[in-house]
Amino acid sequence: MAEVNNQILGESISAQFGNQVLSVEETYGTLDIVVEKSIIIPLIKWLKTHDKFQVNFLTSLCGVHFPEQNDRELSVVYYLHSFINNIRFRIHVFLPASQPEIPTLTTLFAGANWMERETFEFYGIKFIGHPDLRIILNVEDMDYHPLLKQYPLVDATRTDKDDKYFGR
Amino acid sequence: MINISDDNFEKHKALNGQEQSDQELKQYNYLNLGPTHPATHGIFQNILKMDGEVIVDAQPTIGYIHRAFEKLAENRPFYQITTITDRLNYCSSPINNIGWHLTVEKLLGVKTPKRLDYLRVIIMELARIADHIICNSVVAVDTGALTGFLYVFQWREKIYEIYEEICGARLTTNIGRIGGFERDFSEKVFAKINNLLTELPAALSEFEKLVMRNRIFMDRTVNVGGITGERALEYSFTGPNLRAAGVDYDVRVMTPYCSYEDFDFTIPVGSSGDTYDRFCVRQEEMWQSISIIKQALKNLPKGDFHADVPEFYLPPKEEVYNTMEGLIWHFKIVMGEINVPKGQVYQSVEGGNGELGFYLVSDGGRQPYRLHIRRPCFIYYQAYPEMIKGSMLSDAILTMSSMNVIAGELDA
Repeated sequence: MAEVNNQILGESISAQFGNQVLSVEETYGTLDIVVEKSIIIPLIKWLKTHDKFQVNFLTSLCGVHFPEQNDRELSVVYYLHSFINNIRFRIHVFLPASQPEIPTLTTLFAGANWMERETFEFYGIKFIGHPDLRIILNVEDMDYHPLLKQYPLVDATRTDKDDKYFGR
Repeated sequence: MINISDDNFEKHKALNGQEQSDQELKQYNYLNLGPTHPATHGIFQNILKMDGEVIVDAQPTIGYIHRAFEKLAENRPFYQITTITDRLNYCSSPINNIGWHLTVEKLLGVKTPKRLDYLRVIIMELARIADHIICNSVVAVDTGALTGFLYVFQWREKIYEIYEEICGARLTTNIGRIGGFERDFSEKVFAKINNLLTELPAALSEFEKLVMRNRIFMDRTVNVGGITGERALEYSFTGPNLRAAGVDYDVRVMTPYCSYEDFDFTIPVGSSGDTYDRFCVRQEEMWQSISIIKQALKNLPKGDFHADVPEFYLPPKEEVYNTMEGLIWHFKIVMGEINVPKGQVYQSVEGGNGELGFYLVSDGGRQPYRLHIRRPCFIYYQAYPEMIKGSMLSDAILTMSSMNVIAGELDA
């Protein structure tokens, strides 16, 4: 088995998918790959079926909200793991808040089902093709997505607490 | 338990588009198992579609104790998030606490002394034993064997006494700080650990003698609620449930933390991924944990019990009262006025149920910008309907308890 490291993995992905790979960098020893939405499923499928990489495990999937980034407000982070090579890396996809849609990963990993439901619930990201995209943790009729940054944690009507004195 | 109508079940959008053509011929019953059913050990609801006593399909509803930890974490200083992690898998809180400390330490680039690593390993392995004692003895209770449960459960109590000696708390421990432990372990702690190590093996063997080769227990658990290794990987299983299906993935070995590479231990694996295999894997892991603790005590290095992180590790009280710098750090830490570096890290630990991961995005502020917690329970519980399809109702209960689904971790 050929040795696989971050550099080889990053270069192979860039070579295979060309300019649809937006950036590849290493932070704290982990590869962060930012790609276009259109190649996310083909990319993960390619990595999963690749002879050498054999990325067989989806560790986690979550959303992040960056309200200041114009047209790149929402991001979906896939954290993948190849048991054979013991290499772990993240794939990031940025989505505009006006059209938060991305193809589902449930076609490749059954475990993505609830992770995507949770991400949908928290951030309103719609996973196209998901078999059962419903709210999972909160009440069924909740009509907003609580982890978006515009929703403060503290009840806005509360007056007995002033955080500004604490630098918060 | 109440019967509910077909309509109600359809409202819950059951079944993955399964054809209902034989419905005219067959009348199914719908059974509401939970949310508060004594046999599920927590708040889980499953609407079961039953053909007689055989389960045709299940529709789980979760979130009954959802507390929005990820949102809470975005509004708290780093050291206050430790108390949130207590409430994930509350059967092994110290593992969650230390996992979180390790995450922040990774972001800060802290180098921990060996002694601290070994002390943390001791505590985490004690927590693993406590976690597995609960799970396995409760599996036995669900098959009707209450005696074994009573034999081993007092040892969980002894482990809680060790926690208490170290940090003052028992269940939601909030053990240690970012950077290390509050104080070095006292002689009393080591005495209690040694006492546990000499007496727990006898209790564990007794429990195994009672249960492991017991005809009734084996009939109830062998080939019940099984899953293949391939399916388990598809479902992102981790921990004892994955290892019972034959995949030897363990975070302690694959991505070692806290000097786990210094220890010699084996990773038990099962073959069929059924309830019995899960039970046996957990049982063997307890023996391995005992061995790890023994090695850690034997090779315990001299040195510091905390790393040098003045920004996060509270100074000793003499310094706070007598020096300006100590007072300033104390104030800044308690008020959460410390900025951290910008970046993103993922740190995982092998929790009682599997890979507990913290994905932390920091924008350089005083709180996490985003904290995603990879909760093993949440991820593997989605395979539950698949695992109980075609089995009896009583098997479904056993499957759930042997998967060790902890409501706090499931719902976060």
